[in-house]
Parts: sequence; C-alpha cells; structure tokens
Amino acid sequence: MSSAPFARRQLTVTAVEQFGAYTVVRVDDSDGPQPDPGQFAMLAAVERWGGGEDERPYLPRAFSYARRADGQSHFLLEDVGPGTRRLCELRPGEALWTLGPLGRGFTAPGEGRRALLVGGGVGIAPLAILQDTLAGQPATAGAAAGAHEVTVLLGFRDGARAHGAALLRDARVASDDGSVGHHGLVTELLAAEIERDPHAVVYACGPAGMLEGVRALCVPAGVPAQLALEAGMACGFGACFGCVVPRRGGGYLRVCVDGPVIDAAELEYVDEHAGAPA
Amino acid sequence: MTLAHPVINGSGTFDALAARRAFGERLIEDFPFSAYVSKTITLRPRAGNPPPRLWEAPAGLINSIGLPNKGLDGYLDEDLPQLAALTAAARPAVGAIDGAGERAPVPLITNVMGATAEELCRLVEACEQRAEIAAVELNVSCPNVQTGLDIGADPRMLEEVVRAVRARTAKPLIVKLTPNTADVAVCAQAAEHAGADSVSLINTLRATALTPRAPARAGLGARSGEADARRPWLGGGSGGLSGPAIRTVALAQVAAVSASVAIPVIGMGGVQSAEHARQLIDVGATLVAVGTESFRDPAVGARIARGLCGL
Repeated sequence: MSSAPFARRQLTVTAVEQFGAYTVVRVDDSDGPQPDPGQFAMLAAVERWGGGEDERPYLPRAFSYARRADGQSHFLLEDVGPGTRRLCELRPGEALWTLGPLGRGFTAPGEGRRALLVGGGVGIAPLAILQDTLAGQPATAGAAAGAHEVTVLLGFRDGARAHGAALLRDARVASDDGSVGHHGLVTELLAAEIERDPHAVVYACGPAGMLEGVRALCVPAGVPAQLALEAGMACGFGACFGCVVPRRGGGYLRVCVDGPVIDAAELEYVDEHAGAPA
Repeated sequence: MTLAHPVINGSGTFDALAARRAFGERLIEDFPFSAYVSKTITLRPRAGNPPPRLWEAPAGLINSIGLPNKGLDGYLDEDLPQLAALTAAARPAVGAIDGAGERAPVPLITNVMGATAEELCRLVEACEQRAEIAAVELNVSCPNVQTGLDIGADPRMLEEVVRAVRARTAKPLIVKLTPNTADVAVCAQAAEHAGADSVSLINTLRATALTPRAPARAGLGARSGEADARRPWLGGGSGGLSGPAIRTVALAQVAAVSASVAIPVIGMGGVQSAEHARQLIDVGATLVAVGTESFRDPAVGARIARGLCGL
C-alpha cells in the first residue's frame, strides 16, 4: 500500500480531455508516490472552491486514480454537483489540491487466474489503472507469460457515457438504453462470464446498485470479488468516520481506510448511500 | 503542562492511529498538534449512527457520526496503549524546546461521555488509573436520561456532574461546553465552581438537513428519490454543524466565556488559519483546537502553529 505525503499538495493541471459525458483531468504528479490500483485522492480546486450552488463546495472530493503515466495522475470526473462541476471546469495551468494516494487498493489475482474487470459509469476509473498494471506485470516465476488474462465488461446509462469505454482496452459494453453494445445490465454479461469460468477473480467499481448485483452474483457462487466502493467522505484518511458501510456480521467499515476496495464477502450488502460524491 | 505550541485537535476530528497508517512516520516526525485529544469514549461500545452521516452545508459540515468507539474496556486494552506509544514518539512540527533540548512532548488527553454522573465517574476513575493519560476532557453534550436535556446545557446539572467527577481524579479536568444552551458563560462558571481546570468550546451547533427534492443527485449532500423528499437526510436524524460557518459564533462564545471565568479556555470553531486562531487567543483563549479543517488538510495544525509562532 502506497502511503500519502503528510499534507495536501498543490499540483498543476496539464491537460483536460472529454470522453463523451466524462472529463479526464491530468495533473503533474512527478514528485508524488506511485498509487496502487484502487487507491484514491482527495481533490479540491485551489481557486474558486466554494461559492457555487448552495455556497458549496467546501470539502474536497474523493476520486480513484484512473491512470498514472509519464509522471501524471489522471482522474475521471462526471459533473453531478457543485464540487465535480468546478473540477470539470479546471483548465491546464490551474492548481489542484491533492491528498493521496489513500486507502487500500486491489490485490492481484492468484497465478493463472483470469481477472474480470466490471465497471459502471464513472466507476470505470480504477479499472483503467488496474488494467494497465495487470498488463504491465512481468510473469511471475513458474507462470506462463500473460498469466493474468484480463476481460473488461463496462456498463453505461447511455451513449454519451459509453464514450468512457475508450479509457480501457478491449472492453465489452452494455448500455441501459441499448444505444451501445448489450442492451441491459453489465451484471448480465458478468453472469455469463462467471458461468464460463468460475475460477475468475472479479474486480468491480460502479454505482451501488451494480455493485450489489456483483456481490449477490459472486458471494453465493464462491467467486472472489473485490469491490471498489464510493461514499461521501470529508477527509479520506479515517478521521471523520463519515463514509461507513455496513459490515457483514455487524458494525461498519470505513470506506476510506478499510477500503475503498473491500472483499464482497465482508459486506452485508452494498449500501445505497455509497453514491457518487457531489 | 508545558506544550510546544497552542494548537491542539478537537475531539473526534483526528484518528491518529488511522492517520499513521495513511501517512506513515511523517505524522510522528511532524505531529500537527501540541497535545492529542482522543475521540469520545463511552462506557459501552457504540457502532455509531447508520449512514448517511455527513451533509455538506454552506461553508461547513453537518455530521451525525454517533460517537463510534470500542467502549471503555476496548479503549483501555487496545487503543490507549497504541495512542500512548504514538504520542510518546510524536514530536510537534514546530514550537518550544523543553529543558532536555527537545520539543515538548505530546500529552494524551482522553475525552469521555456518559449519560449520568455515575457513568462519567466510572469513566474518569478508569482514566485516573492510567499514567498514559495526561488529562481528561468531559463531553457533556449528552442527553440526561431523566430530563432529555443535554447535561451541559443546564448549569445546575452541569455543576453537579462536574463536582462528582472532580472528586474522582487528580488529573487536569477539561469540560467541553455545548454551544446549544441559553447562556454558555453561565455554564462555564458552573464548571469552574465545580472544580474544572479548563473549559473547551465550542462543540458543534445542532443542525439538520432535509433530503433534497431534486432527483438524480446522489451522494454527499444529495440523494435521489421522491419518496425520500422532506425526510431528514442524516441517518441519525439531526447532527452537529462545524467548519467556517460557525467561526463567528465561536468567537462570540469564547469571548463571553473568557470574560466570565479565571480558568484557561480552549477555543475552537471553524479555525482555518493562524489569523483565525489569533482571534480566539485575542478574545481570551489560551489554546486553540482545530477540527474540521484537518479533514481538508491533515497537516493544517502545524501550519497554523507555525503562523502563530511567527515562523
């Protein structure tokens, strides 16, 4: 687990790209630690953070690292509220407060096991850096090259959002409105894949309803599933206790420090409040 | 108690054990606070409130966390030894040098809450037995089981409780006052008369937020669904407001209390900068606590201390 520098850092935006309804913001992070796939950062614009809708935003917002290349960190954004709106308005040269990498990321699949990456909406972000990492991993001793076969399944609400699929390679797409790929839920694609290869390891990130679908498919079938959860959080490092989800067997887990990647078997269910931060 | 600088943390706003896992040893080498206040400990374990627990308000945050903790026994057996080791190793990032040529060490203050004087006495007696605990802070923002009123909101009840607790400990006793009362200065005087060594304020202001009517805006500060419209957003029903939104209220209450008592006052509420801390000191605070701003930048305590020390 990569640990974060102990203070938020002011990074400079180097590029902003549109992928349909989504925005990718790149920042120069050449002095920062290499994040593990699944780790996240707390982001806030240095200028004009506040004074938007309802005099917000005030708190930073949590985002998975979507990619790390050439000393730059990439974050995938969707405008869903005053915080994400301001971040989507960032332009090259502007400054971004960044605290990270934070949290526990994904664990590599066992030798020879296929990785099934299942993403929904803006939740595809951590799967992109995971795919990069799995592809770049040298074969471990005794294992054949390409031991980590990777299958990517992505679901989107509509065609504008399905442009996000370009962030990953060789993705099979499902859309709620049938405009792109399979007309239906990405969990339907997942069910077929699990049936074909019950020894696969599932890596999922997306809206709570999708993750609950993944959990309900995988846990009874004994398929290991690592879920990257999202929750509104104030701090990102275990201080505020605001981002909890119910733990199987009672009590709560803090998404920021016990996750954001949590084994599906550890959860009672995926809580509906684990929604996208505004 | 000699402290390296005047900036400490507000109870429940900085989990030093989790922060060490997130940030590593830099936390220990550049510890942002001159003393460390634990989150609130209760007699029995608490899981905390159901989510959602947070609501982003204009320039502030409403929380309804519900004081999750392992209970007194869990704290004494598990967390206290770890916190004591951490604070013993911690060196404040800035500040005064002690007689041994080192920065003054970071004392550990334990915050406790009980619904009755008996519960609080049991908690404080247990703290009294532990040398690792330098001081005890009483969270009196707890409803009295008989009256339903917060103990700290009623000066007579507060005086009675503090007097009972005072007899059980020789350690410095801090009373964390609630701002949700008619006259906070009268409450501060009651704590002083009962033998408190210090008062700290302000705790969060009681606040609530309703589930927004607008659909399809999930997450922090919003939830979709017509059926939920006009219901309280927070799982705990209501919560407490903190952040810059309460800074001017804090300034007024700290000024009023400082003018009314002779014991040291720990001021807090919306502090984001050395200038904000200086204002609380100017109206009479001896120490300043930082809370919600640490959520935005975990190292802000050190930055504020540096500013106060003129570095």
